[in-house]
Amino acid sequence: MPLSPIDPSVLRVDDEGITLLGGWSPTSRQRHFPRSPVCPYTGADDVEPIDLPRGGTVWLHTSVKLPPPGYGGPVPYQFGVVELDGEPLLRIIARLAGEGVAPGTRVELIGEELPGPDGEPVVTWSFQP
Amino acid sequence: MSDVKISGVGLHPFGRFEGVTGTDMGVVAVRAALAEAGIGIRQVQAAFCGTAYGGVAAGHRVVGALAGTGIPIYDVEAGCASGGAALQLGAASIASGQHDRVLVFGIEKMPKGVIRSSFFAPWQEAAGLSPAPAYFALRAQRLLLETDLTPEHLAQVVVKNRRHGVANPDAMFQKAVTVEEVLAARMICEPLTLFMLCSPNEGAAAVVLERDGDGITLAGISLRSHLPGSVLGEDSPLCGIDDTTITPPTTLAAEEAYAQAGLGPSDVDVVECQDTDAGREVLAWAELGLCPVGEQARILEDGSALVGGTLPINPSGGLLSKGEPLGASALGQVVEIVRQLRGTAGARQVEGATVGLAHVIGRGANACVTVLVR
Repeated sequence: MPLSPIDPSVLRVDDEGITLLGGWSPTSRQRHFPRSPVCPYTGADDVEPIDLPRGGTVWLHTSVKLPPPGYGGPVPYQFGVVELDGEPLLRIIARLAGEGVAPGTRVELIGEELPGPDGEPVVTWSFQP
Repeated sequence: MSDVKISGVGLHPFGRFEGVTGTDMGVVAVRAALAEAGIGIRQVQAAFCGTAYGGVAAGHRVVGALAGTGIPIYDVEAGCASGGAALQLGAASIASGQHDRVLVFGIEKMPKGVIRSSFFAPWQEAAGLSPAPAYFALRAQRLLLETDLTPEHLAQVVVKNRRHGVANPDAMFQKAVTVEEVLAARMICEPLTLFMLCSPNEGAAAVVLERDGDGITLAGISLRSHLPGSVLGEDSPLCGIDDTTITPPTTLAAEEAYAQAGLGPSDVDVVECQDTDAGREVLAWAELGLCPVGEQARILEDGSALVGGTLPINPSGGLLSKGEPLGASALGQVVEIVRQLRGTAGARQVEGATVGLAHVIGRGANACVTVLVR
């Protein structure tokens, strides 16, 4: 029995691995994540569900050394903004796996097991070179 | 807003005060402001209290500790801009003709440790996506990538503000630091060391607003939030990091406040701006129109933002010296600017200042800009 995604509206876990669930508005021609009922750029209500690309490039990067409130996983961890593949530009906040993930580094989505909000293990995501 | 005057200001020092409640601190600040205005609590017609962690009816507890009044009391939350939002509502109640004299104050007793914000959903916290200092750090990283600013420049912001803080008896830290000490301090989130981040803490500040009179003029005040755009909407953690395609809320608020005052950035003599972290302060300089993007490095190198320079910024020591009690910090800046414009700021006085600006920005990307004129 595979572990559950940390939030089923954000992440799907199946035989193909994990997939980030985004939104696409045909009228505003913008992708967004996490999926919102309306396009966060324009308020358009024609948002369609899309699966987001698993590859991307690191835009910004730092690290977290003290565990933030509500987080039960290991520290330190790498943290940054990833520009996902495809058009138009979509930047998302993400944990990064490994050391020294400099801006410009190519990364791939991976699943990661962490304690969920109630302490039970769940699947969340990270990007690794 | 030219008919709104500040007739009294008061402060409870910012720091950590064991056994002193937020209400206690509010009473100290309010009493001081009322005394300066030469009135009692029964002479104000409404009260506006900024606080983020004060709980239900926090302002009522402060006013009630002075007297039962029956006046309307508004408790206002807008993240780091809570005190600014309270001031904006108080000023509007006078400008609209509803009231002739109101009390505005801010109080906070922040929980210790990393700030927990109900802004994030439980799944975002559990996924490790809610570390507030890391968001500041990512914005600072972008600054280092896109400009000629270096970590040494970020350290110089801290050195400037801590040097100012030495002359402020109400500041939490009254000790100067060197660039080397700032860079050698514990790394929190690259490029921000411990000294480059302000400390959440405790304190209170209060002002009395009146129609007309001979106080300092509240010439302009505006509270704005984020426009939609590449920030991906208000619920996105990216808010504020990626603002490449929109006008930042600080600029929106500044333009409105300048227009109300009939003044521009070149008229400003003294500034108190949000320095949650060292990067945030230099971003604010450009967003407020005080310098072009890319000029910050030169300003830090030539010392023109120091007291005694051409445009002193954060003469109080800023949040990097005072700490940040969310509900009180914006009004703490206003208290400082009022004292600067009155010429009563002591050893940190900016000589001849007639126009001052106060600026806060925080969660929700609420930004508030206030322009004060002697």
